[in-house]
Amino acid sequence: MTDRAPSSDIRKAIETRLARRHRAERRFQFYGMAAIALAVLFLVVLLSSIIVQALPAFTQHTLTLPVRVEAELADPQDDRSEESLRAGSYSRMLQVALQDQFPSVTGRSELRALFGLYSSVNSAKLLNQVVENPDIIGETIEFSMPISDDADLYLKGLTTDERFVDRNEPLTLSGAEGEVTLTASDPVFSAFIEEVNDTLRARIQTVSDRAATAQARADRAETEDARQAAAAGAERARREADQLEERLQAREALSLSPEMASLLVRLGGGVVQITQLEPGGRVARGEVVIAPERDGVYQDWTEWRIETPAAGRRIGDVQIVFARALDDRGLVENGLNLILFTNADSREPELAGVRGALIGSVLTMIITMLMAVPIGVGTAIYLEEFAPRNRLSEIIEVNINNLAAVPSIVFGLLGLAVFINTFGMPRSAPLVGGFVLALMTLPTVIISSRAALKAVPPSIREAALGVGASRMQAVFGHVLPMAMPGILTGSIIGLAQALGETAPLLMIGMVAFIADPPTMGVAGFTEPATVMPVQIFLWSSGAERAFEAKTAAAILILLALMVLFNAAAIYLRSRFERRW
Amino acid sequence: MTDPQNTAAPAATVYHDQPSANPIKVETRSVSVRYGDTQALHDVSIRIPDRGVTAFIGPSGCGKSTFLRCINRMNDTIDSARVSGSVLIDGEEVNSRAVDPVVLRARVGMVFQKPNPFPKSIYDNVAYGPRIHGLATKREDLDAIVEASLRKAGLWAEVEGRLGMPGTALSGGQQQRLVIARAIAVNPEVILMDEPCSALDPIATARIEELIDELRENYCLIIVTHSMAQAARVSQMTAFFHLGHLVEYGPTEDMFTNPHDARTQDYITGRFG
Repeated sequence: MTDRAPSSDIRKAIETRLARRHRAERRFQFYGMAAIALAVLFLVVLLSSIIVQALPAFTQHTLTLPVRVEAELADPQDDRSEESLRAGSYSRMLQVALQDQFPSVTGRSELRALFGLYSSVNSAKLLNQVVENPDIIGETIEFSMPISDDADLYLKGLTTDERFVDRNEPLTLSGAEGEVTLTASDPVFSAFIEEVNDTLRARIQTVSDRAATAQARADRAETEDARQAAAAGAERARREADQLEERLQAREALSLSPEMASLLVRLGGGVVQITQLEPGGRVARGEVVIAPERDGVYQDWTEWRIETPAAGRRIGDVQIVFARALDDRGLVENGLNLILFTNADSREPELAGVRGALIGSVLTMIITMLMAVPIGVGTAIYLEEFAPRNRLSEIIEVNINNLAAVPSIVFGLLGLAVFINTFGMPRSAPLVGGFVLALMTLPTVIISSRAALKAVPPSIREAALGVGASRMQAVFGHVLPMAMPGILTGSIIGLAQALGETAPLLMIGMVAFIADPPTMGVAGFTEPATVMPVQIFLWSSGAERAFEAKTAAAILILLALMVLFNAAAIYLRSRFERRW
Repeated sequence: MTDPQNTAAPAATVYHDQPSANPIKVETRSVSVRYGDTQALHDVSIRIPDRGVTAFIGPSGCGKSTFLRCINRMNDTIDSARVSGSVLIDGEEVNSRAVDPVVLRARVGMVFQKPNPFPKSIYDNVAYGPRIHGLATKREDLDAIVEASLRKAGLWAEVEGRLGMPGTALSGGQQQRLVIARAIAVNPEVILMDEPCSALDPIATARIEELIDELRENYCLIIVTHSMAQAARVSQMTAFFHLGHLVEYGPTEDMFTNPHDARTQDYITGRFG
C-alpha cells in the first residue's frame, strides 16, 4: 500500500496548472486565427490590387467612322481583282475619313497627332472587308476600330485630371485659324496664372532648400575638395532659384511650357490651345486646333485645364483635343474589350490579346498531360505495388524525391540540350514546351500517386488476392480505383504548377513575340507559340502604359484558369471518392 | 507455480490420437516462417481433416495467423517473409514453383479479421471471383452462382432484391457473411478464417458461428480465434500455438478436457494469454 497524497493537494496542483494550460490553448488558438486573418488580408489586398489594375483592360474605346471606300484608292488597277484590291491604299482611306471630321486641320504635326489616334494595322481589317465584299466600293461604310491605347487611357480618365470651367465673360477672338489672340475686359486668366505662379513658388522653395542643405554641407566639410564640391552645388542651386524668382517677378508674358499644366479654350465649336498669357490675365495668345465657327466676341466659352503637364504623359494636347472632340460627337464608344480574348499578341496595346497565349497554354498542357500522367502514374504503380524493395528501388525513390526539388529552369536547359539540340525538335513549339513541363511535373505526379496508392488499406489488396485475383487484377481492379481521387488531385496540382511555369520555357524559346496564334489542332503543336505566364512576363516589360492593365488582366485570366483547374480537381475527387 | 512464458527449450509437439473419420485435407511438414531476422514460426507439422472445423488458438503473436497464411501462400505478398518446409493439400505441394498462387487461392479461400468487401455492389462482390476465373460464361449462370453463394452464407434473405446496393453499406456482421459468400462463390475446397468474429457483436458472432457449423458439411474450415469458447463451440479439432511453436493438437473435446501440455492447460484455464 503506497501513501496517498491528500486529495485536496492533488486538486490544488491540478488547478494551478489548469489556468496555465487553458491560457496556452487560448494563445495557440489566437495565433492560428491571427495567421489566417493575415493570410486572408494579404490575399484580399493582392487580389483587389490586381483587379483594380486589370479593370481598364477589360473595356476599350472603339472609334466608329463613316469611311468612303473610294474606287481609286481601293482598286488602283480598276479591275476588281483580288490582286488589285490588295494593292489598295486603305490607310489613306482611313486618314481621309478622319480628316473629314476635322476639315480645318491642315498642319503636319496636327495631322500626325490626328492619325495617331488609331494603329495603321487596322487598315488590314478594312482591306479584308473590301476583299470579302467588293460591292462596297464607292459606298460609305461604318468602320469600327479600337482607338489608340494612349487616347483610350485618356478617355478612361487615367492619364490626367481635367477641369472644364464654363465662363460667362465676353472674350474676343482675333481670328479663326492659325495664331490668334484672345482678349477680355476682365482678368479671366489670372486664376490660371496664379496657379502656375504657385507651382513656380513651390519650386523656388525646393531649390532654395537644396541650396541651404548644400551650403551646410560645405560648412561642415572636412576636406577642401568636398567643401568646394558642396559649395559649387549650393551656388548652382542658388542661381537656379534666383532665375526662377526673376521669372516670377518679371512682369512679362508667361509662356506655357510642357512642364506646366495645359490651358485650352473652347468656343464656338472650336478649340484654341493657349501658348502665352500676358500679365494681368486679360490677353492670351494661342493656336487654333479646331477652328471655331467665326472670330469676334464670344460671351459663353469654356476654360479647359489639363492638370498633368504634357511632359508627364504620352498623349499630347492636340491629340487630347481630337479624342475629346470625337467622343463628344458620339463617334467613340466604350465597350467590353473582346479584342483581349480574340486577338493574339501585338505591339499595339489596343490590339493585343491573350488568345495566342491561351491556345499555346492549352496545346502545351495537352502534351504535358499526355506525357506526365500516364508515365507518372505507371511509375508510381510499379514502384509501389510491384517493384521489389531493394537497394536499387531505394536509389530510384530518393532520386525521384530529389528531382521534385530541382529548380525548373534546369529542366528548361535539359529540354534545350536534349529535345532541341539533340533531337532537332522545333524551337518555341508547344510540343517541346509540353515535354519540358512534363519532365518537371513527373516527380510531383509520381510522389502524389504513390502516396495515394499507399493510403489504400491493405485489406482491399488481401481481399482481392484472397479470392484468387492476380496481382495486376488486384491493383487495377481495386487499388487503383480507390487511389484515383488522390492520383487525380496530385496530377492536377502538378499540371496547374506547370501551367504557371515560365522559367523552363524561356530556355526553349517560348518567350518569342508571337503575333499569330498557333492553329487549334495537330499542326499547332509544332508552330511557334507562347503561353499565358510568358505572355504576362512579356507584357509586364512592355513600354506602353496600357500594357500595365493588360498584364493585370492576363494575370486574372491565368488565375481564373487555375481556379477552373482546381475546381475540376475537387469535382473529380468527390466523383471518384468511395466511402470505405 | 510454473511460469509458462519462461519455459525453456520447447518440447516436441504433443499429438492426440485422431479419430480417423475424415480423410486428411491439409498437411504441413516442418513449416517455418521468418520475417527478416525474427523467426515467427518453428517447424510446424500438422494434419488437418476435410469436412470439419479446425481451430487455431493461442496468445497474440504466437504465429497462428502466420501459419494460416502459409496455407494459401498469402505470405508471398509480404516482402520480408521467408517460408520453408512443405504444405500439402490433397498430398500436393503448395510451395512449389509449379503451383500458381492464383489457382491455389481459388482452391483455398480466405476470410479476414475485418470485413473487407470491395466498394462495389453486393452482386459484384460475390461475382468478382467467378468473373476473374471465368467460371460463368452466361449472365444466368453468374446470377445462379451469386444466389447460391449468398444462400450458403445465409445472407440471401436479407439482401434479396437489393443486390445493387454497395456492399460497404451493410452492417458489420452482414459484411462478414458477404465476404464469406464471396469466398465460397469460387467453390473452394478449404476456407481459412482469420479471427472472423473479432470485429463483431455477440449476435452477429452467433450468426457466423451457425454459418461455420453449416459450412463444415462441405468444406475444410480452418479458423483462427482468440475466443476459447468459440473454439470449443465450433471446432472439431484444435491446435494450440505458443511463441511460434505448435504445442498441442488434437480433437477439441480432448484438448479442453484433458490437455497434455502444461502450457495448454494454463492457457485454456485462463491462467495466461
